[in-house]
Amino acid sequence: MRTIESRSGIAAPDTFPPSSTAVWQHSHILDLDDFTREEINLVLEIADAMAEVLTREVKKVPTLRGKTVVTLFYEPSTRTRASFELAAKNLSADTVSIDASKSSVVKGESLIDSLRTIQALGADIIVMRHSQSGAPYLAVQEVNSSVINAGDGWHAHPSQALLDLYTIRHHLGRTDNLKIAIIGDIMHSRVARSNIWGMTTMGANVVLCSPATLLPRGLNSFIENCQLQNISIENKIEPALENADVVMLLRLQMERQQSGLLPSLREYIQQYQLTTERLSLAKPKALVMHPGPINEGIEVSLEVAHGAQSVIEEQVSNGVAIRMALLYLIAGGKNK
Amino acid sequence: MSERTLMSTEDMQRALVRIAHEIVERNRGAKAVVLVGMQTRGVPLARRLAATIQGLEGISVPVGSLDISLYRDDLSSLSLKPAVHRTDVPVDITDKQVILVDDVFYTGRSIRAAMDALIDLGRPQSIQLAVLVDRGHRELPIRADYVGKNIPTSKNEEIKVDIKEVDGEDRVIIVSSHKGVADENN
Repeated sequence: MRTIESRSGIAAPDTFPPSSTAVWQHSHILDLDDFTREEINLVLEIADAMAEVLTREVKKVPTLRGKTVVTLFYEPSTRTRASFELAAKNLSADTVSIDASKSSVVKGESLIDSLRTIQALGADIIVMRHSQSGAPYLAVQEVNSSVINAGDGWHAHPSQALLDLYTIRHHLGRTDNLKIAIIGDIMHSRVARSNIWGMTTMGANVVLCSPATLLPRGLNSFIENCQLQNISIENKIEPALENADVVMLLRLQMERQQSGLLPSLREYIQQYQLTTERLSLAKPKALVMHPGPINEGIEVSLEVAHGAQSVIEEQVSNGVAIRMALLYLIAGGKNK
Repeated sequence: MSERTLMSTEDMQRALVRIAHEIVERNRGAKAVVLVGMQTRGVPLARRLAATIQGLEGISVPVGSLDISLYRDDLSSLSLKPAVHRTDVPVDITDKQVILVDDVFYTGRSIRAAMDALIDLGRPQSIQLAVLVDRGHRELPIRADYVGKNIPTSKNEEIKVDIKEVDGEDRVIIVSSHKGVADENN
């Protein structure tokens, strides 16, 4: 008897974390503005379990057998789309991918008609990307399938923000009180918008840094009116980098730079490119992140993008685990 | 609502020591044995069995933890219990004698899921099942190889196993929640 008693003391109690008590309420994932801290924690915890599945020789679990996941993309994408499809396949769901540029959309089918058609074909979950902000909000009013927003216009990209949080927590062990600098084309960035919600909900301090012309109009007064303590704005890169725990770069969206927002690309590079020298202003182990695709040599130097502090490729791998967690939660949620 | 203690701390220890002996006897030692606890309470039980086996045989048996959430047959009721823990089996289970360890053995559905989960990790020589409490009411043709205590129950009753590492103390209690029979008996 004594043997057990003395030895059972060996088992470290800290290996039995209290189960997340969060109850999942979402039938759709549209943005992180309606996520609580507990819900984000739940997603990150489940993603961690999914990451274990991805280390196996056979990366497949039977969880979503018989469910159909449709990806409907009206904008080009490599990583988001591939990552959602892999996530669905790893969970044994059936997947159909529709590329709007090759579908009946070119024959003039409207978004709503396309959605209804997809629903009629039996989609349980629709993962959609659209160039119009708010398109997935319209979608949920028209169909009974669950909708996951994989990017809408400049508005939101919740799964990207969640995988960013997962990557940060994986490396730094926490999100509370971190200084996170988001640098670049904030105005056109749905990634920045979703990350602002997610990061501040998780207790981080976000510094947005960009030329004044690439900041969303009215952002200053928005921050003031809502008394957002943990968001600040810098127009110069140096103060934004100083003592930062995480440096997140945004792609300069060349396709959206028609309207003379920048004096010249050369000037942007001079003032805002993350170089090794500038990175040294941040904490020594600061993470360098980028949602991709990267314009190498524009927002980030080649050296930094592939340097020791860069976790850019890891963000991509973590994306699969996060999307598995989201599909799992959505498929098992209420209101089906 | 009534509560009755079915196993004390000492009862649980005796049962675990006996099971550890049975595991060693049946597997002719413990060289190829891997203990896999089912989340949450099966994991500390598996560790205690490993500690006892180490006392008996002088070898340290690998202990893993298994989460079956991704293998359940009732995904639609997930909203009640959405959490998924990480599965962590530290060794290759191929050609090993894998002992699944759980606290309460009931319908057999979670054991069915656990076997699927294990087989995804490798091809064990055999899978055996050790449980602290068998309360009956099987819905699948599955049986346990090692049982701490058989406790015939009604479906209205709930068996609650507390484990020191998780709940702060060791005990097994039965809770009758229905109005009527069980309450009248007390």
